[in-house]
Amino acid sequence: MKILVTVKEVATVDDEFEIEGTEIAERYLGADLNEWDDYAVEEAVQLQEAGIADEVVTVTIGPEDCEQTIRQALAKGADRAIRVWDDALEEINLLDVGAKRDLLGAVIAEEDPDLVLTGVQSGDDNFGATGVSVAEALGYEWAAVVNHLEHDFEDGTASVRRELEGGVEELTEVELPAVLTVQTGINEPRYASLRGIRQAQRKELDVVGLADLGIDAAAIEPELSLTDMYEPESESDVTVWEGDAEQTATELADLLRDKGVAQ
Amino acid sequence: MTDILAVADHRRGELRDVSYELLTAGRLLADETGGDLHVAVISGTVEDFASKLDREGVDVVHTVDYGEEFNHGVYAQAITQLYDRLAPRYVLTPNSVNGLDYAPAVATTLDVPIVTDVVGLETDGETLTATREMYGGKVETTTELEGPAVVTIRGAEWPAAEGTGDAAIEPADVTIDEDALGSTVNGFEEVAGGDVDISDADVLVSVGRGIEEEENLDLVFDLAEALDATVSASRPIVDNGWLPKNRQVGQSGKVVTPDVYIAIGISGAVQHVAGMKGSDTIVAINTDPNAPIMDIADYAIVDDLFDVVPALTAEFS
Repeated sequence: MKILVTVKEVATVDDEFEIEGTEIAERYLGADLNEWDDYAVEEAVQLQEAGIADEVVTVTIGPEDCEQTIRQALAKGADRAIRVWDDALEEINLLDVGAKRDLLGAVIAEEDPDLVLTGVQSGDDNFGATGVSVAEALGYEWAAVVNHLEHDFEDGTASVRRELEGGVEELTEVELPAVLTVQTGINEPRYASLRGIRQAQRKELDVVGLADLGIDAAAIEPELSLTDMYEPESESDVTVWEGDAEQTATELADLLRDKGVAQ
Repeated sequence: MTDILAVADHRRGELRDVSYELLTAGRLLADETGGDLHVAVISGTVEDFASKLDREGVDVVHTVDYGEEFNHGVYAQAITQLYDRLAPRYVLTPNSVNGLDYAPAVATTLDVPIVTDVVGLETDGETLTATREMYGGKVETTTELEGPAVVTIRGAEWPAAEGTGDAAIEPADVTIDEDALGSTVNGFEEVAGGDVDISDADVLVSVGRGIEEEENLDLVFDLAEALDATVSASRPIVDNGWLPKNRQVGQSGKVVTPDVYIAIGISGAVQHVAGMKGSDTIVAINTDPNAPIMDIADYAIVDDLFDVVPALTAEFS
């Protein structure tokens, strides 16, 4: 079985930050492997260790800078990686679901995996829609928000649990090939070992552009444009206690006693 | 194309609250486009659901009587066929787990854009302006798109539609291709059981990612013991396996309404807030003064929990 995992490098934002136009100023940003994708990578690597997956390939849309994040996924056990980038993507301020679907879909169609694992959402733009969109476009089956995957794939189906709201899980069978969007908590993502990090440097990392994928730049022009970004107005009338930890703890203790807690 | 099509959400025989909120959002949009509000209800006891969805502002409820429970393939097929027939400007669905399991497929099939987890909407009939959050709620953004679209809306952002309407209730003329349904729902399971029921507690000491290490949970248990309170947690603590699922507060965990909720090292992601905003008094202990939890807290200490929590425990020891 071949598994393809979508891996995104997401921007992380400092507690204090400034907005410039429709972006957070560069100096307040960091970069990390998208939390949900980390679980997707781990699930794929566990399938490989169980002898079920023969190959785990990652695909990432991003500029050269994000190769460090791609190497993280390789260090955790993925076999090789594909990075999709093109100068035409440089100027786009928000890559929408349709554009991501077309870019990732072209790679997936070429790779022809049995199973695609994506994170449920990404921590920056938070669309939560790319995996299902790719599945529909390619004629794959899918399941969104999967928090458990049986590793036997009997009769060519994936038995999954989908995490619904309110502490309820849905038990579902999905025919392969399929796209599963992976929820956090499905497993415990590993830290990359030193050996894994060393090996990752030698693993294949292909870079493909739009022409390689047979995609015209106009076709992936996003239909959604980001027009404003601002800090949400706080509707809070919170009482903030000032002082050192002892002083504020005393304030809180007084409140709790007033409320009848722990007299 | 000026009409709006909203798709109701239900589970195990009950319409979910967000279905009524969709009616409000849908009516507001329909007023702006000058069109009708169509509602689709798919699978389950559709006649019963339709009569409940017939609230003020709803023009037509379309029923798709196929199967008992949610199947994303049935939803996707039914909605795309309704879309072809009704040609609505916008399809509105909940940004629920099930909404996210069919709405992107619908948008792909229809070849229209999708904008998800929307908290505000307006249109001049041509351009849709959707308000969304990014970076875990640190910023709010507006995005614009032209033409028809699929829009998933966040729960609890619009009030539920009320009153009784005079909508036409019509069985929808759609055909479901069973061979194209590649997934089967085999059942449901409640997972938030166990020996502790956090939804019964009067006082919850709730812990989040800020606690950093599993060993540090002792600080929180010590405080809970001193206060005779119960320990609950936000999602990352449960994902890490540090506490069982029955301690999780939030959209996918339990909804709690204690007298006092002390949020320790919890930033207050929307999914968490959905589970605890009904608490009587909310206290936040967090180093980040701009964390979303501060928006709903009644009292806050902006400081290191590793200093404040032991000091608070000492107050009661």
